[in-house]
Amino acid sequence: MSNRLSDRILSLRDWVDARFPLTKLWEDNLTKYYAPKNFNFWYYFGSLALLVLVIQVVTGIFLTMNYKPTAETAFASVEYIMRDVNWGWLIRYLHSTGASFFFIVIYLHMFRAMLYGSYRGPRELLWLIGMGLFVVLMAEAFMGYLLPWGQMSFWGAQVIISLFGAIPYIGEDLALWIRGDYVVADATLNRFFAFHVIAAPLVLIGLVVLHIVALRSVGSNNPDGIEIKKNKGPDGVPLDGIPFHPYHTVKDMVGVAVFLIIFAAVVFYAPEMGGYALEKDNFTPANPLKTPEHIAPVWYFTPFYAILRAVPDKFIGVLAMGAAIGVLFLLPWLDRSPVKSIRQRGMVFKTALTVFVVSFISLAYLGTVAATPVATLFSRIFSILYFAFFLLMPIYSRWDKTKPVPERVTFK
Amino acid sequence: MSSDEIDYGRRRMLIAATTAMGGVGAAYVATPFILSMHPSARAEAAGAPVEVDISKLEVGQLMTVEWRGQPVWILRRDEEMLENTRSLEPLLRDPNSDELAQQPAYAKNEHRSINPEYMVMIGICTHLGCAPTFRPEVAPIDLGPEWKGGFFCPCHGSSYDLSGRVYAGVPAPTNLVVPPYHFTLSTRLVIGVDPEAV
Amino acid sequence: MRYLIFVIALLFGMPQAAFAAGGSNLDLDEANIDLADKVSLRNGAKLFVDYCLNCHSAELMRYSRIGQDLDMTDEELIAELLPANGKIGDTMEIVMQPKEAAQWFGTAPPDLSVLMRVRGEDWVYSYLRAFYRDESRPWGVNNSVFKDVAMPHALWELQGLQEAVVETHTDEDGHERETITGFKLVEPGSLSPEAYDNAVRDLVNFMAYVSEPSKMQRLALGKWVLGFLFIFLILVYMLKKEYWKDIR
Repeated sequence: MSNRLSDRILSLRDWVDARFPLTKLWEDNLTKYYAPKNFNFWYYFGSLALLVLVIQVVTGIFLTMNYKPTAETAFASVEYIMRDVNWGWLIRYLHSTGASFFFIVIYLHMFRAMLYGSYRGPRELLWLIGMGLFVVLMAEAFMGYLLPWGQMSFWGAQVIISLFGAIPYIGEDLALWIRGDYVVADATLNRFFAFHVIAAPLVLIGLVVLHIVALRSVGSNNPDGIEIKKNKGPDGVPLDGIPFHPYHTVKDMVGVAVFLIIFAAVVFYAPEMGGYALEKDNFTPANPLKTPEHIAPVWYFTPFYAILRAVPDKFIGVLAMGAAIGVLFLLPWLDRSPVKSIRQRGMVFKTALTVFVVSFISLAYLGTVAATPVATLFSRIFSILYFAFFLLMPIYSRWDKTKPVPERVTFK
Repeated sequence: MSSDEIDYGRRRMLIAATTAMGGVGAAYVATPFILSMHPSARAEAAGAPVEVDISKLEVGQLMTVEWRGQPVWILRRDEEMLENTRSLEPLLRDPNSDELAQQPAYAKNEHRSINPEYMVMIGICTHLGCAPTFRPEVAPIDLGPEWKGGFFCPCHGSSYDLSGRVYAGVPAPTNLVVPPYHFTLSTRLVIGVDPEAV
Repeated sequence: MRYLIFVIALLFGMPQAAFAAGGSNLDLDEANIDLADKVSLRNGAKLFVDYCLNCHSAELMRYSRIGQDLDMTDEELIAELLPANGKIGDTMEIVMQPKEAAQWFGTAPPDLSVLMRVRGEDWVYSYLRAFYRDESRPWGVNNSVFKDVAMPHALWELQGLQEAVVETHTDEDGHERETITGFKLVEPGSLSPEAYDNAVRDLVNFMAYVSEPSKMQRLALGKWVLGFLFIFLILVYMLKKEYWKDIR
C-alpha cells in the first residue's frame, strides 16, 4: 500500500524531471551543495535575512489591503488597521518590527563579511550585489516610513528629499520632481506607496536571487577564510564541506527559532522599541506647518545621518553621507591583506575594525540626539575614524602581521 | 560517518515532531491573516440594523432600503397579488420555501413574510448577483401571458414571483433571500434583527 | 571568540545608552495606571465623555469596541457613554468643527485617539493636575507642565482652583529665575485632592486604553507565542544535535 504510494510519487517526480529540472535544482542548491562545516554564529544572518524578507512581503500584502495612500486618509487608515481590522494590530506590528529587524540582521550579515573577508576574491560580485541589496533596502525602508503619514514620516521625508536639492545646478529641480509638489504632499505619498509596495520589492527579490546564484557558484567563505574547494576528496566533494541539506538547514532552523523568540518578544512586549522603531511624534498626523522639536531618522539611518550633520556644508555633507555608503562598495579592492579572516590577521587590522565598529555605533547613537556642540564634535571625530578605516586600509592591511592560513578548517 | 551508529528511529521521530509543530505553528500564523480579511469593525458598524418607516408605502409599491450595502426590497401586496402568487405554485422550483438558508424560520410560510401584506427580501438575484427588475403588471407583452407579476432578472433571464420564489427552468437556483427583520410598530420595521422570542 | 563577545557587548550597550537618553528632563508624577482594571477604565470613560469629549474628539475609537473591551452591554453603553441619538458602532466624534474651535481657543483641540502615545501617561497625569490661577491668561489659568497652554481647566469643578507656590532664586549668571515648587488649593472643588488624583488616574488609564485598544490582547497573546517558540527551539535543537553527530 505505502509502497505503491511512494512508487506513484517517484513516477510523478520522474514525469516532472523530464520536463523541468526539479531534482537538479534541489540537489544543486540543497542536498549536493557543499558548504563549509565550520560555520559559526555569524553565519545565521543570511538565512535570517531571507526570513525577514518573507515576513515583510506577507505582512505588507495584508497591510496594503486596508491602507489608503492619500494625505487625507493615510494616518487614519493605519489606526483603522490597528483597531478595526481583525488582527490588524498584529500584522502592522510584525511589519514595523520587521523593518528594524531587517536592518539588524543585514548589519550583522555585512559585519560577518568584514570579519572573515567574505568580500575578497572570488566573491567581489557577491559583495557588490549584496551592497546593491543594502542600498535598495534603505530606499525601501525610507519610502515605507513615509506611509503612516505622521509628523516624523513627513519631516523625515522632507529632510531627506531636500538633500537632493544640494546637488549643484539640477538639485532643486530634482527634489521638486521627486516630490511632485513644492513640499512633501499627497503626490509624494502616492508615488512612494507605488515604489514601496511594488517597484522596490521587485528589485529586492531580483537581487536576492542574483545574490544566491552568485553564492551557489563561488561557494560560502568560512571563519577560517579557506577555500574548501581546494581540498576535494576522490569523489569530488570538498573534504571540509557538508551537504547544505540536511545539515545546515537543521542548524539554520535553530537560528530561526532563536530569532523568532527575540522577534516575538519585541512584537508583543515592546513594538515601539522604546520609541526607536515607532517614534512618539509619528503618532501625530503630518502637519506641513509645524516641525517637531527634534527630528531624527529611524535608528537604522542614524549613522549616515550623523555623518551628514557633522559636515558644516550642505553639499559636502550630502557627498560625505553618500561616500559613507559608497566606500563600502570598494571594500574588496581596499583590502590588500594576504589573508581573509580575522583569525589570521594581526593587531593592526583588529584594532582598525574595532575602531570602525565603535565609530559606527557611536554615530548611530549621535544621529538620534539633538545636534549640540559636543554631539557635533564627537560626530566629526567618529566620521573621520569611519572614513579612515576604509581609506587607510590599503596601507595598514598590507603592513599588518598575519598568521599562516591553515590547510584545513578548524572544527571541534 | 558510519551509518550503523545512526539512530534512524530517533531521527524519524524528531523530524515528525518538528514537522507537526511547524505545521501547527504555520496554521496559527495563518489564522490572523485569514481573519483580517473578514469584515472589519467599521464594516460591521456600517452594516448595523436599519430602521424603516413604511407608513407611506402604498399597495403595489416597492421601496428599496440599503442594509449592509445591499438593496432590501419592501413590497406592499394586496389579496389579489397574493392570490396570483398562489396560482403560480406549480411553475415554481421551491414553492414551500424548503431551502432553509433562504429565509428565517418565521418567514418560511406561504407568503414568505411575517405580515402577509409586507414582503421583505434582498434584491439580489441568487444566480450571479444581478439586481432583478420589479415587474408587477400582469401579462405584459415581453414576458408573455403567463406572467402574473413578479421580478425578472435582465442578466440571465431568471424570474421570481411577488414572494421572491424562483420559477423552475431558469438559471437562478433558489428563492430570493429574506433578511432577518421584525416590526417595532405595525408600520415600522427593523432590518437586520430577528424578532425577539418568536 | 573574544572579538565576538566584545562586539555583542557593544551592541547591547548601544541601545541602553540611547534609551537612557530618551527620557524627558521634566519632573513628572507617575500615573501608575493599570489597563487590566476595568472599574478604573469605566470610570475614566465616563469622565472622558463628560469632560473631554465636548471639545476633543477621539474619532478613531468606536463605542462598540469600548463596550467589548470594558465588558459593557449595549444598554450600559447607551446609558453611560453614547451621545443622544448615537449608534453603538459610531466613533467618538464631536459636533464642534475644528475651524470654530480654533477661533474659540486660538488653536484647534487635538484629537485624543492616539495622544497618549505621543505624550506618555505620566505627562498627561501631571498635566491635568498642574493648572493654576493666572489672570494674565485668556481662561484665567496656566499650566506648569505645558506653559501657556490654550486649554481651559476643564476639570476645575472637580479639582477646584489652585495657586502656584513660586520660589525665586538667583542663578549663576545673576539672573533672577522663578520656579514653581508646588500648588496650594485656594478654592476646593467637589472632590478631595486624593479623590481628584484618582479620578485623573482613571481618566489617563482610559486614554491610554484608547490609544492602543489591542494592548491587553497583545500582552496576553505574547506569553503563548513565546512558550510555543521555546518548545519549538528545544525540538529543533535536538534535531540539529542528532544530525550533526554525523559531522566530524
